[in-house]
Amino acid sequence: MNGIAQYLVVVALLLVAASATAAALARDPVTQSTLLAMLGIALAVLFTVLQAPDVALSQLAVGTAVTPLLILLTVRKVRRGTGDGADGKRGESTDPDTPSRDARGRRR
Amino acid sequence: MSVFPYLVAGWILLIGLYGMVRSRDAIHTIGCLAVAQSSTYVLLLAVGYRRGGTSPYFSDTPKSTTVVDPVVQALALTDVVVGATVTALLLALAIQLRKRHGTIDPDSLTGLKG
Amino acid sequence: MSRRLRTCLFLAAAVVLAAFYAAACTGLPHFAGLVHPYGTRAVAAAFRQRTANVISSINFDQRAFDTLGEESILFAAVLGAIVLLRRARDEREAAPAPGRVMPSTRLFGTVMLPITLLTGFYIVAHGQLSPGGGFQGGVILATGLHLAYIAADYRALERIRPLASLDVADALAAGAFAALGFVGIAKGAAYLQNVLPLGTFGQLSSGGLVPVINAAVGVEVGSGIVVLIAHFIDQAVEIESPSTQDGQRPDDASGADGGNR
Repeated sequence: MNGIAQYLVVVALLLVAASATAAALARDPVTQSTLLAMLGIALAVLFTVLQAPDVALSQLAVGTAVTPLLILLTVRKVRRGTGDGADGKRGESTDPDTPSRDARGRRR
Repeated sequence: MSVFPYLVAGWILLIGLYGMVRSRDAIHTIGCLAVAQSSTYVLLLAVGYRRGGTSPYFSDTPKSTTVVDPVVQALALTDVVVGATVTALLLALAIQLRKRHGTIDPDSLTGLKG
Repeated sequence: MSRRLRTCLFLAAAVVLAAFYAAACTGLPHFAGLVHPYGTRAVAAAFRQRTANVISSINFDQRAFDTLGEESILFAAVLGAIVLLRRARDEREAAPAPGRVMPSTRLFGTVMLPITLLTGFYIVAHGQLSPGGGFQGGVILATGLHLAYIAADYRALERIRPLASLDVADALAAGAFAALGFVGIAKGAAYLQNVLPLGTFGQLSSGGLVPVINAAVGVEVGSGIVVLIAHFIDQAVEIESPSTQDGQRPDDASGADGGNR
């Protein structure tokens, strides 16, 4: 039983390291928020394996829901006013009513 | 195995810092900060793990059960939630930055304005 | 400082940090070691205070003063974000048109909303017994509420989310934590000392001050995060900033390549 627990810890640690690397190296904040949510899940798994369900619970709620949501909302706000964005496809349009790319698709 | 979890925590911190240094976007910087921050949780919980220990709740287990260290878990727990609100504060600053300076690229903020 | 120079500088510093950190790791207690003096003492203290969840006992009893500090950071961060995100004089609000929602999504959200809220309340209320407490339950309550946004639209969310009273609840709960500390002083003990009747180990009413502070923190975290998300959604959906006219400098319009100066 002890051996299996050790392997689980190693697998969870590798998962966390991989998703943290992916999240830190992502260029686009929208991609990054998705990867941060995956990091949150990986961390929750690791914390559960390390016998810390309390921390896993708050990490699951915060890391996979609140932080990525706030990042997506900020990206939407920042890109909405400009008409250009990091994706740069809409050129120099300064019309504030340009339908912006939307994290939540149906809002506009 | 005896130091591997600590090294993973160190790696997460360094890769998060690297992302912040390379960042061209304040929102991206804040995301990398969240990554770097998660290294502290990994380190804390790794230090507190005890072989064969269960989680520190005694509702339905006898009081003699071996448990992992609850002190570090308590530290990590509050920090997860508080860290999220601090991230929100930083994101609010990024929105203000966009409103006042028209950019969120840290390299474009060359001088003081206003 | 150019990006290349900055990266080089960072990599040099990172190598030094990594070397010293790895050396320091060998001096730490080995992973999964059996000796945890602080943990053993904390567990013994939790038994004395008849709190089955040792982590709640540490957070809200043994180290309650530390948690008061953490909770003040949380309150200050929420306050700061709200002040930064309030509507400026040159901004106007535009009501977004409600979008179309798939019937399955609507059904899922309608069914899950009460279940999620109930789970949140359960987790706050059982913080002294099982995994959970004010911090986690508060976040679950706050995020669960936003199922209404997913299932219906922004109007529905605004109806079930009394923002003004949540603002007040946040501040009151933050103050309640600090005020609860004076119960100890009134009884001739120290600030935030657990002087309430401790009850029976393993019962819902056990732990003395722990469930009370748990509830206060649950209200504060829950209302704080709802208010926080509300202001972010307002910014992202409703508030139109006039930044395209005067706030934006022409050389920044190109976005991605504006940084190589």
